[in-house]
Amino acid sequence: MAVIRDVMPAFELVQPTSIADAQRALERQGENGWVLAGGMDSFDWLKDRIKRPAVVVDLSGVAELKGVRTTADGIEIGAMTTLTEIVQHPVIREKYKLLADAAELVASPQIRNQGTLGGNLSQDARCWYYRAGWPCYRAGGNICYADTPEGRNREHAILYADRCVAVNPSDTAPALIALDAKFVMRTPKGERVVDAEDYFIGPQIDITRLHILQPGDLLTAIRIPSTWAGTQFYFEKVRDRNVWDFPLLNVASAMAVSSDSIDRIRIAVNGAAARPLRLKGVEDAVRGKPANAATGEMAGKLAVQGAVPLQFNAYKIPLMRNLVKRAIGSVGEAT
Amino acid sequence: MNPLQWATDPWGKIVPIHIAWFLIWVAAIAGLLFVIVHAIYVRYFAKRRQFEPDHAPVDPAKIPAHVPRHSPVARAFHWIMAASMFTLLFTAFLPKVGVQFDWVTYHWIAGAVLTVSVLFHIFHASFFLDFWSIWPDKIDIRDARRRLQRSMGKTAPPPERFAKYPLENKLYHAAIMAAGLSAMVTGVFMMSRVRTVFFPRNPYLFSDMTWGMMYVLHGLAGVGLIALITVHVYFGIRPEKRPITKSMIFGWMSRDFYLEEHDPARWPVEARALPSRSQGTQPRS
Repeated sequence: MAVIRDVMPAFELVQPTSIADAQRALERQGENGWVLAGGMDSFDWLKDRIKRPAVVVDLSGVAELKGVRTTADGIEIGAMTTLTEIVQHPVIREKYKLLADAAELVASPQIRNQGTLGGNLSQDARCWYYRAGWPCYRAGGNICYADTPEGRNREHAILYADRCVAVNPSDTAPALIALDAKFVMRTPKGERVVDAEDYFIGPQIDITRLHILQPGDLLTAIRIPSTWAGTQFYFEKVRDRNVWDFPLLNVASAMAVSSDSIDRIRIAVNGAAARPLRLKGVEDAVRGKPANAATGEMAGKLAVQGAVPLQFNAYKIPLMRNLVKRAIGSVGEAT
Repeated sequence: MNPLQWATDPWGKIVPIHIAWFLIWVAAIAGLLFVIVHAIYVRYFAKRRQFEPDHAPVDPAKIPAHVPRHSPVARAFHWIMAASMFTLLFTAFLPKVGVQFDWVTYHWIAGAVLTVSVLFHIFHASFFLDFWSIWPDKIDIRDARRRLQRSMGKTAPPPERFAKYPLENKLYHAAIMAAGLSAMVTGVFMMSRVRTVFFPRNPYLFSDMTWGMMYVLHGLAGVGLIALITVHVYFGIRPEKRPITKSMIFGWMSRDFYLEEHDPARWPVEARALPSRSQGTQPRS
């Protein structure tokens, strides 16, 4: 665990009041700029003096980035909306409960009061070698300390590892992938909208980031279409301390079932790789099949194909298999 | 502006981790500057080349119309090496300048292809080709001095025609060999840090300092190759060099070009018809 030094290094604080101003400030600063949302990830980095941005752009004064709005085809959630607001929002609870369930399992009530949806989606990896400031691949170095014979890698990746074996720690990311959400970004070239799963990237694409945001880009909103509103949802998170922890693994699924068979399904897991994984192979395999334990069993086995455990995280393979199995089997049995 | 990036390892030692990436631009700009300066020099300042008359002129009729220069095996090696080298450079440096894609697998596969092809080339050149023909000899050194003196307006006898390879070719080969071998040897060790089909991962094969130096050498060789390849492509498309480039495609050069540029005594193509020389150079096949 890194030593908290309490006193952050000096930086220039910019407090814009509009998205345009915030994006311009970030664009101006480039690599030297740092986005401060709820601060739940940022203050660790800054107090540990591991990240030393010259300029911090505090988004807390940008009203446009906050709140949940109903649109013609679903809802739009501002990136600065707190997790507590999401958990308590009546429309989300009624139609997109998957997201409320995921948000409710993030950390502790205090953190959910302060932490934002955008921050939860864009937070950095929790690998302790990386967080401690060691010069690993993710920090721009040439080694992964976790992927060594003695490395403490119980929490790390079992799928799609490429030099770095850190995982994405977000709980809301798989829920939004399952809900087919779109992420809205403001970039120097204008607005850009991407599918939720395309917002995240693995180390094979960029080993120093978990998402596609480049310096000067800003995540502004998350749009959830009504396509999956009111379908059958399943979210489960497994963590070491049930009151307050990052996921060892989590699973989120949205499923439309009719006549005992699965008509439509989207399912995603997180904590298995450096990006949340949409299990497209599983979706294709279970579509048209009954949502029961046998289908869940088959889906679970399919989900972990290609998994490569590290020294201390082989348990994640049966864990992921069972989570996927339950995500499909439990929904059907509860129907 | 530090050309290397340094970090503190877990044991508190300051170690290099790799080159600073601005060197990519330094190498690219250096390569382009060379191209521009050379093109201007040749266009506006270079004097017409003159060669020393042949000591024992050969009968052109005894030279084949198509002078064989590169065997099919040698050409295959060259183009396989070129393809793997371009793949290596693009996969190594495009992600560093903002073009993001899944590069590591392509990079190590191309590196493996290059390594195998270079090992084959060393074997082939050692036992089936004239190994020494690509290394500078005494005449090359002497002629280089003459050419330099003449280019500066001093009085010096004209140089002889070239052997199979002009001195510039030989020096380029030496430079690319040094850079290529450095990148390859370090690259083979670096494969033990990623998951490949060749070795089990072993990131602790060397100390952090040794690894750091290895990454630095790999990086320096890599950026050096940016400049070297830029220059190579430039010469490959220059009008006066095109017969040489064509010979790397078709395997031969024309009799006229051969007689104009090359000394049949230093690079005999029809040994029985050519006179031997007694200037201390080795006979060549």
